Amino acid sequence: MSFLELRNVEARYGSVRALHGISLQVGDGELVAVLGANGAGKTTTLRAISGTVRRSGDVVFAGQKLSRRPEATARAGIAHVPEGRGTFGELSVWDNLRLGAHTRRDNLKQEAKRVFEFFPQLESRRDQQGGTLSGGEQQMLALGRAMMARPKLLLLDEPSLGLAPIVVTVIFEALERMKTDDGMSVLVVEQNAGLALEHAARAYVLEVGKVAVEGTSDELRANETVRRSYLGY
Amino acid sequence: MLAAFTWTEFAQQLAAGIREGAIYAGLALAIVIIYRSTRVINFAQGEMATFTTFIAWSLMNHGLSFWTAFPIVLAVAFAGGVAIERIVIHPVANASVVTIVIVTLGLALLLNGLTSVIWGGESRQFKGPFSTRTIDVGGVPISVQDIGIVVVSIGLVALLALFFRYTKLGLALRAAAVNPESSRLVGIRVGWMLALGWGIAAVLGAVAGMMIAPVVFLDPNMMQTILLYAFAAAVLGGLDSPVGAVVGGILLGVTITMLGRYVGFIGSTLKLPAALVLIFVLLLVRPGGLFGRVAERRV
Repeated sequence: MSFLELRNVEARYGSVRALHGISLQVGDGELVAVLGANGAGKTTTLRAISGTVRRSGDVVFAGQKLSRRPEATARAGIAHVPEGRGTFGELSVWDNLRLGAHTRRDNLKQEAKRVFEFFPQLESRRDQQGGTLSGGEQQMLALGRAMMARPKLLLLDEPSLGLAPIVVTVIFEALERMKTDDGMSVLVVEQNAGLALEHAARAYVLEVGKVAVEGTSDELRANETVRRSYLGY
Repeated sequence: MLAAFTWTEFAQQLAAGIREGAIYAGLALAIVIIYRSTRVINFAQGEMATFTTFIAWSLMNHGLSFWTAFPIVLAVAFAGGVAIERIVIHPVANASVVTIVIVTLGLALLLNGLTSVIWGGESRQFKGPFSTRTIDVGGVPISVQDIGIVVVSIGLVALLALFFRYTKLGLALRAAAVNPESSRLVGIRVGWMLALGWGIAAVLGAVAGMMIAPVVFLDPNMMQTILLYAFAAAVLGGLDSPVGAVVGGILLGVTITMLGRYVGFIGSTLKLPAALVLIFVLLLVRPGGLFGRVAERRV
């Protein structure tokens, strides 16, 4: 049974329809990628799940219909690292991490320790304002903030965008660890299709707000069109 | 031009200035808290304070002591502030700035009228909790009342600072103010945080009102000039900066007291214009105020 299921989800920005009925599934503990060109609706798909864009159609999460309000989806156990990373720029790195654990009542020490173990840079910049971090550090902070929530599902938007390859490696390693250690499910949007297929079990390719192709990573790598359009070989 | 000068008198003036400044600081902080979270300049801040001070007067009239009435009034003020945000401000939250300004001005007029209808328009004596006799502080006679006002006002500000800095709720309030979108994504109920901000602002106003009423007499218009000074203090410190509001308030209180006493032609009538001229000049040099930052961001 799927852990997250979108059934014919539509979304619009004002009068512009961005999603024309998307259906997709993420299994428990599975890492699934969403690929596609600019404007295909990848980011909007994540926003439709977390409720940061108006949507119609059903989103079922862990057997329950998901609310359309972002604060309620967060409380249901979904962490969304949005486009632009959503850093609280004026607040310190430590306060950013504390905010990640907002929905939890227990002690944060253990999670904080794990975040600093994955991303030692963050510990040395603990009291620095989030907005003054470099792009790579802000991406680490965004992922760290999500880790603090111990989410059941992570929605991750373009984690590799604008980052040095070494930083991308660090981030995907942390992602893999969270997946195996916590059994967390991940839905990741990526421009870099090669990178995404390397880590994902399955993927969906979006074109103008619709699922054009779906399959396992191996199937997609073997698919002629996908290879030419997104993998570039 | 300068009046006869003694250090004792200077110290007394300084104390009086700090006392005035503490009141401005509290109200200015209320204005900043609301501005940061809802981007609303709350013109009703003064009338909210006056209204709650009248409630204190009524309670004391029914035999309660000041310190028994005090927490009751704070609770009422808090609930009232939250209710105002939910009922009056929230529905127009996405309207234009002009609309919201008109709404808070309307709220000020409404509360002013309501105060007059309930309690009448005449001035009343408000018996404060502190004695007006003076005590000797390092050779300078300073009234107990002035010391009490400063301790209570600044004490409340300090408590709030600890609350915002160290508690989970305080952090959520700050986060909701600076980045509502990301706050929702971590599960913060942003709407309620904004309402809570209004509640806290109303409490700050209530304390300012109850502290100043024994000094100026209680009447429905008592906070109007004080609110102007508080606005000036908030702008001086930087509308976006809570620390700036407090420093700006004290600085303004001391400056206008000194100007009024020692610069002959200013006296008590020209204090406000003189203060505003000073702030105008400062803003030419530092457009964001003393502690504010002019909008700039890293991309």
